[in-house]
Order: sequence, then C-alpha cells, then structure tokens
Amino acid sequence: MAHTTSLLTAERVSKTFPLSAGGEQTVLETVSLTVAPGEVVALLGRSGSGKSTLLRILAGLIEPSTGIVTRHGVALHGPNPDVAMVFQSFALLPWLTVQENAELGLTARGVPKENAEKEAMYALQMVGLEGFEGAYPKELSGGMRQRVGFARAFVMKPDVLMMDEPFSALDVLTAENLRGEISDLWERGSFPSKSILLVTHNIEEAILLADRIVILGTNPGRIRGEVRVDIARPRDKSGPRFRALVDHVYTVMTNPEAAVEEVPAATAKPTKRFPMLPHARSGGISGLLEIIYDRGGREDLPQLASDLRLEIDDLLPAVDASALLGFASVAEGDVTITDTGKEFATAGIHRSHEIFKEQLLSRVPLTATVLRVLEQKRDGRIGKEFLVDILDEHFSDDEAEKQFQTLIDWGRYAHLFEYDADEERLYLAEPEEDVADRDAQSAAD
Amino acid sequence: MAEAQRGFGILFKRIERIWNGRLATPVRFSRIPQFGIGLRTESESRPSFHSADLAVGLGTLVLLYVAARVGAESLVKFNPPDVIPTISLDPRNLPNYAARSTLRMFIALGFSTLFTFVYGYAAARSRRAERVLVPLLDILQSVPVLGFLSVTVTLFIALFRGSLLGLEAASIFAIFTGQAWNMTFSFYQSLRTVPTELDEMATLYGLSKWERFTRLELPSSVIGLVWNGMMSFGGGWFFLAASESISVLNRQYTLPGLGSYVASAIAARDLHAVGWAIVTMVILVLLIDQLFWKPLVTIADRYKLELSAGEERRFWVVDLWRAASLPAIFERILGPSLFGLDRMLSHFTRVEPHAERRSTSKTADRVFNVIVSITSIGLLVVAIRFVLSGVGLAEVGHAALLGLATAARVLALLVLSTIVWTPIGVAIGFNPRLARLSQPLVQICASFPANFLFPFATLVFIRFGIHLNWGSMLLMALGAQWYLLFNVIGGAQAVPNDLREMATSIGLRGIRKWRFLIGPGIFGSWVTGAITASGGAWNASIVAEIVSWGHTTLRAAGLGAYIADATSTGDWPRIVLGVGLMSVFVVTLNRIVWKPLYRLAQTRFQLS
Repeated sequence: MAHTTSLLTAERVSKTFPLSAGGEQTVLETVSLTVAPGEVVALLGRSGSGKSTLLRILAGLIEPSTGIVTRHGVALHGPNPDVAMVFQSFALLPWLTVQENAELGLTARGVPKENAEKEAMYALQMVGLEGFEGAYPKELSGGMRQRVGFARAFVMKPDVLMMDEPFSALDVLTAENLRGEISDLWERGSFPSKSILLVTHNIEEAILLADRIVILGTNPGRIRGEVRVDIARPRDKSGPRFRALVDHVYTVMTNPEAAVEEVPAATAKPTKRFPMLPHARSGGISGLLEIIYDRGGREDLPQLASDLRLEIDDLLPAVDASALLGFASVAEGDVTITDTGKEFATAGIHRSHEIFKEQLLSRVPLTATVLRVLEQKRDGRIGKEFLVDILDEHFSDDEAEKQFQTLIDWGRYAHLFEYDADEERLYLAEPEEDVADRDAQSAAD
Repeated sequence: MAEAQRGFGILFKRIERIWNGRLATPVRFSRIPQFGIGLRTESESRPSFHSADLAVGLGTLVLLYVAARVGAESLVKFNPPDVIPTISLDPRNLPNYAARSTLRMFIALGFSTLFTFVYGYAAARSRRAERVLVPLLDILQSVPVLGFLSVTVTLFIALFRGSLLGLEAASIFAIFTGQAWNMTFSFYQSLRTVPTELDEMATLYGLSKWERFTRLELPSSVIGLVWNGMMSFGGGWFFLAASESISVLNRQYTLPGLGSYVASAIAARDLHAVGWAIVTMVILVLLIDQLFWKPLVTIADRYKLELSAGEERRFWVVDLWRAASLPAIFERILGPSLFGLDRMLSHFTRVEPHAERRSTSKTADRVFNVIVSITSIGLLVVAIRFVLSGVGLAEVGHAALLGLATAARVLALLVLSTIVWTPIGVAIGFNPRLARLSQPLVQICASFPANFLFPFATLVFIRFGIHLNWGSMLLMALGAQWYLLFNVIGGAQAVPNDLREMATSIGLRGIRKWRFLIGPGIFGSWVTGAITASGGAWNASIVAEIVSWGHTTLRAAGLGAYIADATSTGDWPRIVLGVGLMSVFVVTLNRIVWKPLYRLAQTRFQLS
C-alpha cells in the first residue's frame, strides 16, 4: 500500500491536549493512514475514538502534536486546499441563498462570477436542487440542507471529499435516501472527487459506502485495524455477505480485544484502577435488559439496533454497562443476558435497586472507594471537586465530568449515595430500611 | 401606534401586490451577499409604485438637508471658549436644537460602531490582546462616565483651541463612552460564539479575512449589535443631556442643543420651556425609533443563526423601502462597483493556503503577562500617590463613607423598584396582548433621558421639604427602573405555558406560586435587569445627588455629589479619588453580588 500513489497520508500522527489538572490527554496515538485515488475509506469508531480529530488533522484544521500529514507527498501546514468537507450540522450560512452558499468556496478562490455561478448550478442539479437556487436554507428541509452542503463541496472538485457524519443529523428515512443517492453518484463514476473519506459511527453506512473500513479504538484513539469491503456495487443490504460483514464489524466494535481482520489486537492494556464507565443511564441499562429478556435472553446486536432505530453510539453504552455490571455478556455481535441480569430484569423495583447495588460495589471499584470515604468522614459528605480531581488525573475535563455524572446516576439508582447539585456534595443515602418501608407502604396503598 | 403600523403594512402590501400583478417581470441583478443587508431580496427588486418612491426620496432629501445645515453650524461658528453660545428659550428654536443634539448622538453611534469592530475584533482574534482588552473593557464599563467629563472637556478644548468643535467633541465623546462598551461586549461575545463547524467551514473553503468578516462574523453578530446599539443609544440621551451644559473647572460650558435648553430653562425657572423640551424629546425618541431602530431590528432579524423557519418580522418603513424603486435603481447603479470593491477587498485579505501557523511559546506568554501586570500595578501606584499627596488619607475615608451612602441608595432603589415593578411586570408578561402593547412603550420610557424630568421632581422636593438624601433615590430610579421592568416582562413571557398550566392544575397559588414558579422563572431576567439598572443608577448619582432649580440647590451626601462638586471646581485629586472610588465600588459589587447571582441564574434557574 505504501507504493500506491497517495492523495493524503498521515504518518504516525498523535494528538494530545493538556489537562487542566496537569498532564495530558491523548486523543490520538501514533495513527498512520493513507487515502489513495479512487477509494472510499470509512473511519469507524465510537465516540471518544478520535475519528473526528483525525479527519480534522487530515483537513489541516488541527495541527497534530507529533507526526506529519502529507498531500501528494508534500507536508501539510494549515488548511488543506485539496479537500472539501460535508459537515454534520450542514454549516450553511442562513443569510445566503442556496446558490450563494454553494459558490462560497469558488468565489473565495477568485473564480469569476459567471463561472462560479455555472459550476454551482451544475452541482445543485447533481444533488437534485435545481429550482431552489434562490431559496434560503431555512426554507429547506434537513435533507435538502445537507444536499446544499454536498453541492458546496462538489463545486470544489476536491481530491478527497471528507464527510463528517453527514447523515447523522437527519431522520432515518431522509438519511437512507440521501445515503443511497450519494452511493449511486459514486457508482456511476461521475463523482466530483477522486476519493471519499467518511467518518461515521453507523456500521451499515460504512459497509454500504466504503471500500475499506478503518476501525478506531478508544482511550486513547488508535487504529485497531481495517476491514476490506469486497462486495460488488451496488450493494444489497440484505445480501448474506453484507449481513456477515455487519455481524463481524459489530463483534469487533463490541469487543475491544477482538482481532480486526487478521491483524492482531493491540497489546493488552494494563488494567486501570479507574476503568472508563460507559455513559449509560441506569434507566437505559434496565430498559435494555428488559428488552433482551423479553426477546428470549439473547439478541443479535445489529438486529436490535435496527429494530430500535438506534445508532451504535446510542446502544453500545448501555450494552457495555450491562457487561461491566455482569448483567450481560457480549460475543460475536450477540448480547446474552446472564442469570444476574435475568434476576435484575424481572425483579420488583426495590429488589432491582439492591441487585444493582451489589453488582456496582463488586464490579466498579470506584464506587466502593467512594462509599468507604463517605463512611469514614464524620459528616458523611464529600464535595464533587474531590472526586472530579481524582477523575481529572485519568480523563479530560469533559470526560471527567461525564464520568462523574454517570457515577452519580448509578450511585443514586443503587441507593448508595445521594447528591446535592446545589452544594455539589455527595452524601450517604438514607438507611435502606426507610426506603423499603416506604416501598411496602406504597404497595399496601 | 402598533395598529397604525399594521394598517400601513397591509396597505402597502396590498398596493404592492396589485402593482406586481401588472408588472410581473422580476429583474435579476447580481446581489453581493453581505451588502444585500437585506433591504431587498431578488424577488422584491422590481419597479414599483410612485408614492413609495416619493416618500423615500423626500425623506432622504430632508435628512440630508438637515444633516448638512446642522453640521455646518457647528463647524462654521467660530466661538472662542470664553464666549458661551446663548440658549434662547423660545420653543421655536427647539427643532434646531433637537437636530443638533440628534446629530451628536448619531456621530457618537458611528464612532461607537467603529470602535466596537476594532476593539471587539482584536479581543476575539488575539489571545494576548484578549487578556488585556477584556478586563479593561470590564473596568471601563464600571467607571462612571460622567465623572470623566471634566477630563475630556479640558482635553478636547485644548485640542480644538478657539472653536466650538472642542465642546462638540467632548459631548460626543461623553455619549460615545455611554454607548460603546455594551456594543463592544456584545460583538466580542458573538465572535467568540460563532459555531465551530461554521468556523471550520470558513477556514476549509478558504474564505478571505474580508469574506469571513462580511459573510460569517458580521451577520452572526448583527442581532446582538443592533439590540445593544438600540439600548445604548437610549442611554446616550442621558449623557447628552448631562454633557451639553456642564460647569467644569469653574467655568460654565454650553453647547446649543436640547440638553442645554433644559439646563437654561432650569436656571431661568421656566417650567413651560421644560415642558416643551420634554414634548420635543418624546417626539424625537419616537421618530428615531420608527425611522431608524425598528427598521434595523427588522432587517437584523434575518440574520438568525438557527435555521428554523419563522414568520418574518415586518415593519412599515422597511416595506416602504422595499416597495420603492429608487433604492433599487441606486443599487443597480452602485451594484457593479460595490461588487468590484468586495472582490478587491477579498483579494487583498486572502489567507495564504500554506501559511505556517505561528507556534505559541509559553515563555513569551509569561513575559507578556509579567509586563501587563507590572504596567497595571505601576499605573495604580501613580494614581494612589497622586491622590494621597493631594488630599491625604482622611479624605479617602470620608469619600469612602460617601460611597457607602450612594451604594446604600443604589441597593435600596433596586429593592424598591423590584417590589413595585416585579408584580406589574409579571402581570404584563403573562398577558400576551398587554405585553405586545406595553413592551415598546417601556422601551421608549427606558430611552427617555430621566434628567429631563428632574426639574419636576426637584420642585416637588422643594415644595414638600423632602431632603435630597431620600429624594435622590427617586431621581436615580427614574431612569434605572425601566430596565428592571423591561427584563421582568421578558422573563415572564419566557415562562413556558405548560408550566403555568401545571401550576394552575395542581392549585399553586399566592406565595407558593411565586416561590416555585414565577420567582425561579424570571430570576435570570431579573438579574440581567438589575445589573443594568444598578450600572445606570451609579452613573445617575453624579447628576441626581445634586440638583438645582433657579438659585436653589439641593444636595445629598454621597459619592455622586462629591464627584460633581470636584468636577465643577476642578479639584483634580478629588476627581481622581471620586471616580476611582466609584469604579472600585461598582467593580466590587459586580464581583460579590452580581456575578454570583448571574452564575446562579445560569446554572440553576435556566428554563429549557
């Protein structure tokens, strides 16, 4: 692959951000990637895998901390002139018409008005927006707005068209429709860019569009390996090969240790004292387990996601949390409920809180630590700052806050501790008996 | 008023429609995106009926004529500073005085806008500049503007020796200092909050600096800028009235204008003249609101960042302008050259695609910080030494006590205004019809200069023997209370309807309703209003703690009166001490009262 001519290459690129508690947070660790002419590459990863950061480094919007980016073999500094991007939130200027938005990049380059106008009209036709040149973005539906985003990128005739989760802000049907049209354009060979680099967390989308899928792992973001999509276009989503690939990618995505392709997994990470808590709400966890239980205790993840109309970023945190708490096990794209999970899913409210508490204390060491500190302190309280400071040493500010929120949510659900948001203080929950009494009372009522 | 507007709008719309039916050949012309500041859209730029043209043409001519005449007056009349222009109390002179005052206001607005762009841009673009400019702006905002008059008047008179221009400049500068800071803050905030993806888009698609400014940054900040400009402009009248006639360094300076007319009327104990001035002022505020601000607000409304489709705001002046063909003709003539200019400016500000990013070194940052700290400490030491060598420590204590008195007045008036206006504001806000009718009224009240009403209050104080120690509180409240009312109405309107229905359905009433629904619901708006009102009250104290009617002068014990006295006698150490102390008071109150309350409102009482 090193010998194919490359349009865009990242060589051993890393990105770190300083943490406010001192130290650094590594978002991307020694990532190398090449985009060759004529291929569609998808960067697939969960939130926190640094896929958007990698895209922006390749676009020249962010400077890498170490490593270099080259375009046509020349080192890149500053915004990359060979690429155009389609943004998640469209990034249209609401006060410009569709036409003016589409020509924006050309006029900035100094292309004469008539030429820019002609190019923009052509691109707008390509995305099916003829007749809407004079409209303002607010007059358009979400799908049409993103079409303007595509037209604006098309007129640039970029080497690499970058798409940053381009369909994720659209409703399911609109996204499906637009995805299909983009894929058609590419297959017809009239696509206005040489290559496509797509960032997504939608597995089916990646398999539908890409020639190869680069899978990124989290914490820190790194490339775990890549999957070649050797399905002839146009691709049939219900074909056996397609389904098999979807299952395979799901397996890889749900299991951080699984091998991607034949590439061996990265060396096992040392176990951390503070494993990252998946950002799942306790209600979401119990909801998921109840659904799995109702469906017979075992479920195919892609099937579940499509039935529930959920993206993996919405579904996987709850799956991960269930696995972390010992309620479910995940293997080969299937999630299976454990005995504890069954008991949890079927127990009454009070009993389910208790099971949750037991699992939390035995499986998440941090909660046990917090509980011990609370019991040792005479006033039975600790400030939020104390905990966030500890978390800050292991996570970025943002992540530390999320970890804290998750911990609070789980702790509250387990009746382990309470949290006063005004005073930002944790304190021990009132004795369990009271709650049980009240439960019994309300049941009697 | 509102009915009339709507009537006009509908009338013009109807005529427009009939006319378009006959002459339906839309004319396309190249619109430069950012210059189409939206007075017209392509579909609307077609030949249209003549009455609108007549109105637009005549209006423009009248405006040009007045501006030229009034402008010439202040330039041509060559008055040495010892010859004070006399003010005639004949009401027939009022239009002329009003025009001169208005011109001052607009010149100051122009400078404020220019300053806003330069200062706001510098603060938002450079990390180092930001570290100095933003705190400085915070301080400038807290400094009592009127206390500066003495400094600026002396400075500008020296600059324009032997001409009235010095006084003009000083007055304009006073208005400017009343307008600029708010607008600058708003612009800076807007620049900092441009959505990331739009910013990335501008970078990646290679927009030149000019294009980035005109296509992205200016449009996304224009709503905040216009609203802040409108509020600041209203506040500016107050400074105008105070700065046109002022005694500085034992000398009385007078500039022909509405403010000095009122001052002369007070000196001559002419209540009729004061009445005429107030009538003129009301008309002026209404005219400027209808012909300038409302159209601007209507146009700015198009620059909403969110993409939700909503009903477009309409306004009769804008409709008239759109209906007329004169502006279209001008635009067609000027269009190509403006387009060329746009391209040229864009070309010269192009961002080099391979520009190496400047690395930011930490040591350089540290050196910069040290230099800034040393400079500010040095300046502070110089000021303190100047004051101490001039008046001594005892005087500082005395002035600080006076400051406490004024602070107590400001807080008391806030409490009283809150007690009086919150229930009224909530009642108005919960009634959509009433709110629609009263909001423009309150807005106009807020921009009416309270110092025009001072003579009446003074007369009442004299008649009933009320000491100004108490009376000044009312005078300060005359201007400040409106901000509170205005914001409370807005806050009450923003309380979601289903929350109110919920309160009704569970039978929340009386104190409990206030405690659980209304209080938390309007808290954020109340804080915003109270911050503005408190700032206004501090400034007003300089003119409210010492008032006169003819030869009778009432005086309150307070820092405002202290500054006013020091200014009129030209006692520099006391001026510096007074102004400095007042700034310290305002900044301290901001830090220990308003900022925490504001944060509380943001984190705890945010609806939605």
